[in-house]
Amino acid sequence: MLKETNTQTIDKVVIRFAGDSGDGMQLAGSLFSNISAEEGNEISTFPDYPAEIRAPQGSLSGVSGYQVSVGRGVYTPGDHADVLVAMNPAALKTNLKHLKRDGVIVCDVDSFTDSNLKKAEYATSDPLTELGIDESKVMLVPMTTLIKAALEGTGADQKTMMKSRNMLALGIVCWLFDRPVESVLRKLEAKFAKKPAVYEANARVIRAGWDYGHNTHSSLPVYRIETTEAQPGTYTDVTGNTATAWGLIMASEKSGRPLFLGSYPITPATDILHELAKRKDLGVKAIQMEDEIAGVCSAIGASYAGHLAVTSTSGPGLALKSEGIGLAVMAELPLVVIDVQRGGPSTGLPTKTEQTDLMQALYGRNGEAPLCVIAATSPADCFHTAFEAARIAMEHVTPVIMLSDAYIGNGSSAWRIPEENDYPEIHPHFLSPDRLAQGWKPYDRDPETMARYWAIPGTPGAMHRLGGLEKDFDTSVISTEGKNHARMIETRRAKIARIADDIPALEAQFDDGADTILVGWGGTYGHLMAAATELNAAGHKVAFAQFRYINPLPANAIELLSRFKRVIVAELNTGMFADYLQMHMPGKEILRINKIEGQPFQVSEIVEGVIKHMEEK
Amino acid sequence: MEQKENQGYTPADYSNGSKARWCPGCGDHAILNVLHKAMAELGIAPHDTVVISGIGCSSRLPYYMGTYGMHTIHGRAAAVATGVKTANPHLTVWQISGDGDGLAIGGNHFIHAIRRNVNINMLIFNNKIYGLTKGQYSPTSDRGFVSKSSPYGTVEDPFIPAELCFGARGNFFARSYDTALDTTRECMVAAARHQGAAVVEVLQNCVIFNNGIHSYITDKELRDDHTILLRHGEKMLFGKNKEKGLVQDGFGLKAVTIGQDGYTIDDVLVHDAHCPQNFLQQQLAMMDGHELPLALGVIRDCDAAVYDQEVQRQTDEISSAKNYGSLRSMILKTKETWTIK
Repeated sequence: MLKETNTQTIDKVVIRFAGDSGDGMQLAGSLFSNISAEEGNEISTFPDYPAEIRAPQGSLSGVSGYQVSVGRGVYTPGDHADVLVAMNPAALKTNLKHLKRDGVIVCDVDSFTDSNLKKAEYATSDPLTELGIDESKVMLVPMTTLIKAALEGTGADQKTMMKSRNMLALGIVCWLFDRPVESVLRKLEAKFAKKPAVYEANARVIRAGWDYGHNTHSSLPVYRIETTEAQPGTYTDVTGNTATAWGLIMASEKSGRPLFLGSYPITPATDILHELAKRKDLGVKAIQMEDEIAGVCSAIGASYAGHLAVTSTSGPGLALKSEGIGLAVMAELPLVVIDVQRGGPSTGLPTKTEQTDLMQALYGRNGEAPLCVIAATSPADCFHTAFEAARIAMEHVTPVIMLSDAYIGNGSSAWRIPEENDYPEIHPHFLSPDRLAQGWKPYDRDPETMARYWAIPGTPGAMHRLGGLEKDFDTSVISTEGKNHARMIETRRAKIARIADDIPALEAQFDDGADTILVGWGGTYGHLMAAATELNAAGHKVAFAQFRYINPLPANAIELLSRFKRVIVAELNTGMFADYLQMHMPGKEILRINKIEGQPFQVSEIVEGVIKHMEEK
Repeated sequence: MEQKENQGYTPADYSNGSKARWCPGCGDHAILNVLHKAMAELGIAPHDTVVISGIGCSSRLPYYMGTYGMHTIHGRAAAVATGVKTANPHLTVWQISGDGDGLAIGGNHFIHAIRRNVNINMLIFNNKIYGLTKGQYSPTSDRGFVSKSSPYGTVEDPFIPAELCFGARGNFFARSYDTALDTTRECMVAAARHQGAAVVEVLQNCVIFNNGIHSYITDKELRDDHTILLRHGEKMLFGKNKEKGLVQDGFGLKAVTIGQDGYTIDDVLVHDAHCPQNFLQQQLAMMDGHELPLALGVIRDCDAAVYDQEVQRQTDEISSAKNYGSLRSMILKTKETWTIK
């Protein structure tokens, strides 16, 4: 594509920034995606970093990447990159597989030193030939040389120069995609408001990058990326984990219940703890407990004391919390459990993504212990789903497990900051003074929802004892009587089932004469939506539905799916949701597309999988 | 936190009137009655009082309370209690655990609640046996103890609860036994008035599976010579006629008879429960009733920063300094944003 000369208009572009952990790839990538969002592009980003904290500089294992997709119809960070920015030979070697066949490479030729080539385990001194790269698609940029020239006379030292290489790369990318350097400079000016010298050096380097592209490759094309009509409002770039934390805070504001988090660090969920710990500035109490069990148990205590209580974790932590969650089921207390899923079993693939905790969330407790399970569908949707988890927990007085995953938890997308009245009030199911005066018992229920009433310590007259032992349906005292136990089990099941009356119906897209429906749940939304869009654009009539509410299922879900000849469930496990749906639709063969490689789907994999199923049956 | 005391409550106000279902003769009955009395003495309203327990015989206690309470899961009472207290420091929170619940399955939460110095009152009912599972040795059973799960005697040493408490940098430790009603009540009241994690070990007799395990110190004939009741500011005297005392002997303690071997009343140590250095207090707490008398009463009671109060203070200070008022305002003031019209 570098051989063409005119300005081209494209729908979207995928750029992958790759370098050492210390090369500032994430900053360069997020600056680019943010200025693109301001221009009216949709954005999606995904960091790909090594599990090691500080791998040796220049080594293959030390390469971290940051992929951004900007444009129109952006649902994912993209299967493969149009442009790869490689800051050293190791980054070039490890990331080449993420580049499209006709993609362009921007790399720092000054980094091709003997030492770096050796660290990246090249056999020769010619990495391009060794990797079989067509030189016409490579911009070999002497980054260090350019920076030295740009900063000459400013007194910048070698370290400062090396640290600004990401800005030089960003300048080139801005030129390549027709982005005004000024937008970046405005952001940097704000970022370095207290360090004008740092800002000045970065500004010079970015301009040098832009000028280099403009002067040296003026015969090359410049791309104009299509924009979309976004909903008016103020936006910010948000990761799923941050959005989760914020959704909980919103639920706290809308319910009047103070927010409490009891947690324990675990990849990839820890950023939720980090964000909520910072939010002491909004009155949040986020405490790091001694283990996962203490995390959930402290939250149960806080819930009993009347707080919106949350514990955050990943799969192994959810396993440890099982008994505690069972107590919350039995004591019938509001509780939000967030599971940012990662590769398992056991320690598994801690930094990689999977959807393999579904069965654990649904059934991973002793006894009959039903609870509500919902799953966020994108980084921005984590906000909404966390809000929903908290709303359902407090209005239905039950634990709710929210499933997120490493992909949406760490990935980011543009998110419209809700206005004052965008979100509804939450009405926690409190014990009212009237009901108390009429002779309330702790396991009295709302006949419609079957929810218990939430009575808060400190309230005169409402003293009561909860616990894990079975209680009598009528008297609320301990009971081991068989018939009563059966009745209580049925009651707890019905309480969860009736949440279906309080959640939105499932909606299918592209539902226009299609006889096949592509179905997903949770964090695969972007890839499935992109695949459905592609399939329909190519003339394959395929409807698409993504589940956020898993237990209970939306009231119309089974009826909706039953209308289709083919129901194809795509998920990042060996078929857990497909099995779950199969259980609800015994007469229907649920078709499957599965991937379990620690990576998100590629859109092409889903497209091919759907076509294959359609051809077979 | 400021506690409102003495509002004219009676012990009955802290009971829900239901009959306790422990075995007849179980030490738990006495402890429960004393707890009701201690609460009445403290006068903190039943609706501001929360009793959290784990699993085991003693952990059934909340079901006999007229306060708020929760019977949780095995070993986790300290973690649940930490959540209750941190969420709402205004509440007075009691934790009830046995030696198995608190020191075996719940050992981690026990030491961390003490280390954090959460303002909860932790009662450990120590009968050196698992009662509810019908008679297995516990982490406080002596080496060689024969039980259903150690038919040839244990080959492991026990925890001494006080030592764990001191090891976790505890600032309050008191000890009593089930039939010493006044001492137990005094320990409970002192624990509740102490700001921070307060551990009260109550030696309790399991009449079914470990009957008489504490009788070498609790028998009428033996108790005067085998226990010593410590009171802050008072001489460490014991014996039927307070004729014996504790004196310092090199780096350790020694029991002497006043008037013998040249020891006078002036040689006898004066108890200082408030001394920040815990060396002597720990020595006292480690006396086992054999060579040296078992120490009862408040052994250590020192002030230190309190976790739940510090969390509240930090939250209040930071939120009022930043004064964002809402999530939206925080985001707009601190994050990079853009506007689409």
